[in-house]
Amino acid sequence: MTGFIPRDRRWHPPALTPDYKTSVKRSPSFAPLSFPTSLPEETGPMFRDDMLGPNDSDLIHNFAKAGESAVGPRIIVHGRVIDEFGRPVPNTLVEVWQANAGGRYRHKKESYLAPLDPNFGGCGRVVTDDHGYYEFRTIQPGPYPWPNTMNDWRPAHIHFSVFGHSFAQRLITQMYFEGDPLIWKCPIVDTIPTREGIESLVAALDMSRAIPMDSLAYKFDIVLRGRRQTHFENRPEGL
Amino acid sequence: MVQKLESYRESPSQTAGPYVHIGCTPNFSGITGVYPEDLGTTMITGDVSGQRITIKGTVYDGAGTALRDALIEVWQADANSKFAGKGGDTGFTGWGRSAGDMATGEFTFETVKPGRVAWPDGRLQAPHVTFWIVARGINLGLHTRMYFADEAPANAEDPILTRLEHSQRIPTLLAQSEADGTYRFDIHLQGAQETIFFDI
Ligand SMILES: [Fe+2]
Repeated sequence: MTGFIPRDRRWHPPALTPDYKTSVKRSPSFAPLSFPTSLPEETGPMFRDDMLGPNDSDLIHNFAKAGESAVGPRIIVHGRVIDEFGRPVPNTLVEVWQANAGGRYRHKKESYLAPLDPNFGGCGRVVTDDHGYYEFRTIQPGPYPWPNTMNDWRPAHIHFSVFGHSFAQRLITQMYFEGDPLIWKCPIVDTIPTREGIESLVAALDMSRAIPMDSLAYKFDIVLRGRRQTHFENRPEGL
Repeated sequence: MVQKLESYRESPSQTAGPYVHIGCTPNFSGITGVYPEDLGTTMITGDVSGQRITIKGTVYDGAGTALRDALIEVWQADANSKFAGKGGDTGFTGWGRSAGDMATGEFTFETVKPGRVAWPDGRLQAPHVTFWIVARGINLGLHTRMYFADEAPANAEDPILTRLEHSQRIPTLLAQSEADGTYRFDIHLQGAQETIFFDI
């Protein structure tokens, strides 16, 4: 049978995670209906890198005034988008968003007292190359408090939206930073059932890719669902 | 000991959070000058065949409150049952993205009514639009399908609709046509009218 490997729902966060309070009224209570993928799930929108502007993958400069740049530790984030079989996922759109170095988002609903950075917007995007690699430049975001219990803080993180080549692969996740003690205190991180799963979202400090006197680097690989490929089609009797 | 399998675990999902619009629809969220326009705003980019339709709806939580911080994406075949990039209408992207109305959360898609697409065994599926919903409080993006209430004969032979255990829940997947030609498809995350979500 072709089609995608089913999602392992014991590996992903469950819908209802009461310690992350907002999930309580936003989680379906019926079990989702499982069925094999067909064309509508096995196709998806494709984006070309000629759609991108020259600064789309440079969050240090893409919102900054001419000659200025965002405040904060300069970092390169790089990695590969692969599938569950280890095959690269080329030419797929990766969108990112994040808080500024002080942990503040540029958003009307944001209430944290940390100041906005006039030179930082907080969004970027990149299309993976023929081998599934992507790279962008930004500043390391700060941790921030959020309304849940009275003293919950998010570890520093970057949000990722990835398309893959099929709607079945569509994924939103978050990247964390090696060594951040807040990772192990966050109710949103803790929605992931296993320590191994959490660690798979922690980017490694990558000194081999740091640019001396300029930027540190972190490596973050993303794994999307894999599509089975076999010569041995599973057909009902008589067909 | 046995040989090691060359397989990887999918990256675990994390909620899109309250600021998903910064990343996915920055112009909508007031961050202008970075991208010329928000992706997915326009599905019809040229000449298209078929019936032009508008889809509107609202996502409600289990307390009946409309979500105003969700991101909704749709993916569908064109009127000739073909997908973009696979022989579909060149004037049609098949993919839309909506942040919803700033005040009400209502999403809108200007699109065409899709044709029928084959199921793996060759039977035809009823016309439908695939939906994907993410928001703060949703830990893993929710997939569902919007079918059309006015396609009763096709719905009656759809391979998915016909095998639902709780057939009384089928109306949660049906968009109703309104007087002006708009199709309304409200999504309920929880509660008595909870939408059927799919594990695909
Ligand atoms: Fe965040």
